[in-house]
Amino acid sequence: MEVTLNWYLMLSAILFVIGVLGVLFRRNVIVIFMSVELMLNAVNLTLVALAQHMGDTTGQILVFFVISVAAAEAAVGLAIIIAIFRNQQTVDVTEINLFKY
Amino acid sequence: MLAEYGPFFIQLGLAIVLAFAFLKGAALLGPSRPNRIKQMPYESGMDPIGTARTRYSVKFYLVAMIFIVFDVEVVFLYPWAASFERFLDAGVGLEVLGVVTIFVIILAVGLVYDIKKGGLEFD
Amino acid sequence: MDLTQSFSSLGADIIVSAPLVLTMVMGLVIVVLDAFRRNHVATPWIAALTLAFGLVMEITRIGAASGTAYYDLLRVGGMAAYVNALIFGSGLLTVILARPYLESIGHHIGEVYALILFASTGMIVLGTANSLITIFVGFETMSICLYILTGLVRTNQGATESALKYFLLGAFATGFLLYGIALMYGATGTMYLHEMQSAVGDHQTMFRSGVGLLLVGFLFKVSAVPFHMWTPDVYQGAPTPLVGYMSTASKSAAFASLILVLYLALPSTQWIGVVAVIALLTMVIGNVIALAQTNVKRMLAYSSIAHAGYILVGLAAGSPEGYSGALFYLLVYTVMNIGAFGVIALLEWDGTQGSEQSLDSLSGIGYKKPLLAWSMVFFMFGLAGFPPLGGFIGKVAVFGPAIHSGLTWLAIVGVLTSAVSAYYYLRVLVVFFMKESNPDVATDNITFSVPGMSAAVIVLCVIMLIVLGIVPTFLDVTASFFDGNMLATLP
Repeated sequence: MEVTLNWYLMLSAILFVIGVLGVLFRRNVIVIFMSVELMLNAVNLTLVALAQHMGDTTGQILVFFVISVAAAEAAVGLAIIIAIFRNQQTVDVTEINLFKY
Repeated sequence: MLAEYGPFFIQLGLAIVLAFAFLKGAALLGPSRPNRIKQMPYESGMDPIGTARTRYSVKFYLVAMIFIVFDVEVVFLYPWAASFERFLDAGVGLEVLGVVTIFVIILAVGLVYDIKKGGLEFD
Repeated sequence: MDLTQSFSSLGADIIVSAPLVLTMVMGLVIVVLDAFRRNHVATPWIAALTLAFGLVMEITRIGAASGTAYYDLLRVGGMAAYVNALIFGSGLLTVILARPYLESIGHHIGEVYALILFASTGMIVLGTANSLITIFVGFETMSICLYILTGLVRTNQGATESALKYFLLGAFATGFLLYGIALMYGATGTMYLHEMQSAVGDHQTMFRSGVGLLLVGFLFKVSAVPFHMWTPDVYQGAPTPLVGYMSTASKSAAFASLILVLYLALPSTQWIGVVAVIALLTMVIGNVIALAQTNVKRMLAYSSIAHAGYILVGLAAGSPEGYSGALFYLLVYTVMNIGAFGVIALLEWDGTQGSEQSLDSLSGIGYKKPLLAWSMVFFMFGLAGFPPLGGFIGKVAVFGPAIHSGLTWLAIVGVLTSAVSAYYYLRVLVVFFMKESNPDVATDNITFSVPGMSAAVIVLCVIMLIVLGIVPTFLDVTASFFDGNMLATLP
């Protein structure tokens, strides 16, 4: 059976949804953060598959930017998480609720 | 079909044979004077007995974060390196080199900052 | 592409985008300077001079014809120059306001100014982007710097919590934005905004889902309902002068980029309905929740949500007239909001006293600090949209085109919610002038002095607000960006 473009798009859509659900339903900040990274990587898969399918490199160039941005975001995010752990001794989002809506 | 993978299987077989030969050879030829410390699973590492949730220095995270950032920035150098020859042939090699030098200088600024702020000091 | 030609335009591009390049380079200079001379006294002034230079450069170029640079990735001149001037101006005022504030709370660190410069770089890239790639890169450069600035006071629980919420939700929104970009790219095969419409072909469904997801990312950044939940928490916890910067410059950049996307990539009218509904929700919910707030910073946060709604009304009109009205509104909003947050920042006199910013703690302050309080009168009347001030002209400029486009109901809701907003804006003034001072806070013996430069910035904002209200030429300037085919002209 041939692996067509749609397979890649489906796979990345599924990964993206898993990431979204992880963000919405997990309580541990680190896991939420990992879910966000999963979303970004799902999009990377879409971009690479589309770029390959169309024979155009622009999509792959964007993937480079996404990878490096994700790394910068990881550094900043982990720093913020460390700061909040030092202040509140927890990484559970339901316990981080100083401000009320 | 399968014949195309012939070299691969030969390589696999060689790897297995060699791995066993080295392991057995080391055991047979080397001196064996076991003591308590040498018998530990991680001879020079952390003691694996006890809770894994001990606190350790936040410096580990710091180094990991710095590593991620600098490691990933290298992705921009791969496409540059892969297409450098074509730019060279087109006669713009110096310009392309200049552009990537600017990029590396920006990274170096980050490294200088990191070193001066003590991000790489362990003690 | 002919590789021999690949660097022929680089020199010209760097000259034409000199403010952008200079901002980034000076940010790096500050990073190096700070590494060797920690918190050097010159750092804020380097940043201020850089931003002032950029502001002057861009103002002189507002009248110039619009063009592109870096292989059509960025726009320069015309509307791009106007947006850049907004970003530079907002950054400049913020740097001047933030210096004494950060000193008083003991977090005067050099990196802040480097981060403001980097964030400005990102905003400029976002606000002038002509390609989905530059939109993404600008969006993230801006956001990551703002996450750090939010959590600047890292020993403060509220600040780190704000930063965490901003970061998690921001990264989440980035995921949607990026997926939208990927789908739009997949449907059209191009990243350039001006090539999209003609290249969609028979991939309409994919293109529409892409645009929808892209809009989610943008609407999050401009804090439109239903993606506004982060705004009050972030504004309450972040350092006050920097909140002024976040709420104005990042909104200018995101709205400018959104206008370019709507104008270049989606000229058809099918998105008007969606934007109109979002604008309606944003105006109503922002204003209604603001009524119930007792904390001034939270109140201003909901007010900024409401103002995002007004600007969206201009976008929903879908006409060049509406876009130019929205651009004008961004200028007025920047002036008013920087001023209002500046006053609130100055009233946190030593970073602990008055830092709660509950309305009670500020009662009777009008007689202790008449300059600040009277400036606040102008900002509050401006935000509420009373006639002689810029806020009124701004509202006319966004509601008028909506009526012309047949969205009369939206304009009516806009006017009604503006009337509602007068209640909570004027309540601030009532508390400032007509209430007895709170004995718990003991405003009687306030002795803090207002730094001269900060007072000058506040007064400048007041003057700008009045000028914008009585000199109508500024509206002509933003309208000229859409004259004829100016924006659509490409090499």
